[in-house]
Amino acid sequence: MADETIIDVRDVHKTFISETKRTLWSKLTGRPHVEKRVEVLKGVDLVVHRGETIAILGSSGSGKSTLLRCINKLETIEAGRIYVNGHLIGYEERDGELIAEKASITAQKRTDIGFVFQHFNLFLNKTALGNVMAPLRDVKKLSAAEARNIAVPNLEMVGLADKMENYPSKLSGGQKQRVAIARALAMEPSVMLFDEPTSALDPELVGEVLAVIKKIAQQGTTMVIVTHEMQFARDIADRIVVMDQGVIVEEGPPSRIFTTPEHPKTRALLSRSGILPG
Amino acid sequence: MDFINNTLAVFPALLVAVPVVVQLALGAMLLALVLGLLIALARISSIKILRGVATFYLEVIRGTPLLVQLVYIFFVLPSIGVEIEPVPAGILGLGLNYAAYLSEVFRSAILSVEHGQTEAALSLGYTPSKTLWKVVIPQSFVVSMGPIGNYFIAMIKDTALTSVIAVTEILKTANILNSQTFQTTAIYTAAAILYLIISLPLSRVVVVLERKARASG
Repeated sequence: MADETIIDVRDVHKTFISETKRTLWSKLTGRPHVEKRVEVLKGVDLVVHRGETIAILGSSGSGKSTLLRCINKLETIEAGRIYVNGHLIGYEERDGELIAEKASITAQKRTDIGFVFQHFNLFLNKTALGNVMAPLRDVKKLSAAEARNIAVPNLEMVGLADKMENYPSKLSGGQKQRVAIARALAMEPSVMLFDEPTSALDPELVGEVLAVIKKIAQQGTTMVIVTHEMQFARDIADRIVVMDQGVIVEEGPPSRIFTTPEHPKTRALLSRSGILPG
Repeated sequence: MDFINNTLAVFPALLVAVPVVVQLALGAMLLALVLGLLIALARISSIKILRGVATFYLEVIRGTPLLVQLVYIFFVLPSIGVEIEPVPAGILGLGLNYAAYLSEVFRSAILSVEHGQTEAALSLGYTPSKTLWKVVIPQSFVVSMGPIGNYFIAMIKDTALTSVIAVTEILKTANILNSQTFQTTAIYTAAAILYLIISLPLSRVVVVLERKARASG
């Protein structure tokens, strides 16, 4: 495997400030309400090389989805640096300080990062084909014919050649997610990020989506998958990353993580999933 | 039988006013759509001043009667040197008024487009403004179709108010006829029927639009 670094996450910190609750009492007294701050990422470092498939595991609230969303600047960060293909994501660095960069520059960098959401997030007013073509037309400024020539093979690759003219309302959850994968892939990003891609699916539809993701991994695409599907992670990942309470507690090849985990949190996670005896 | 015959006999004289009503309604609707969208965008903008101005406009328009607004434009503005002909004044008054109401339609339609689609567009490299224009606004237009249609029908009926600012639309024409012939019952019955003839087919169109919007959603 080449050692070229695609994603470089360095000491990233992220705090969620929960919305201030406007109680009647606080309105009457004018006293400031208590702000609830939750530090979801407490210094995360992660390097992903070209062609690698990384699976991030962890219980809910461990910060794994937030980390993934930060890589695409869907979340802001307070400290640390995230580089994708050598580009600092979402910020400019001036005298060691992070300064938010122009939205158009972030947008440009995002075209190189594919993102697949738990809830698909298809454009509801467009057909499957229209969904895949839209960013090619709107962002990459391709002609309709060029966009079509890219969109069609991608939809065929995810097994939806016969559903191209369907609107999302006429697609199953598994089909919607496969359209979303085709839409992200069609932009030919350097890396694909999957945020719990099967968590919103009925159990019988999980397999078809996992099969597509596996196929993409086998084509050598660099990818990071946040998932609860332990067996799947073990099956396709080159490296497993385990997160707990905002930090990476353990990482390593699946053959080791799933048999001889070192960190108690990893052991607890695996035994809860029935992979290790409790 | 006389009543029916008299009513029918009045129609041709009233029909002359229909083009004026069409002109008022189309002109004012166009103005209301453009201005309404701008106000809606201002109301959801992150710029505080824009939000403040838009909210102020909305409250002033909604808090005063349309009739007063029309009278103000036609009779008060000339005192500061702004003289507007009756029909343009009518278009302006109706348009400014309906823009406020349409802005609320647009605003809720824009907010109804699920945030996930916005995130998806951003993740695919759309800039925030491109996300708004290419993803959010096209969908909010579809959602807005039914309410816009209903406001259009309401506006056609509200064109009758412009009779007080000397626009010779249907009601004003009826008033003139009445002062000449004193066939009060026949004339105003014909006028009422004429409004019905215009608005009933439009109501059907709105129903179809709403059905289409639901189907594509």
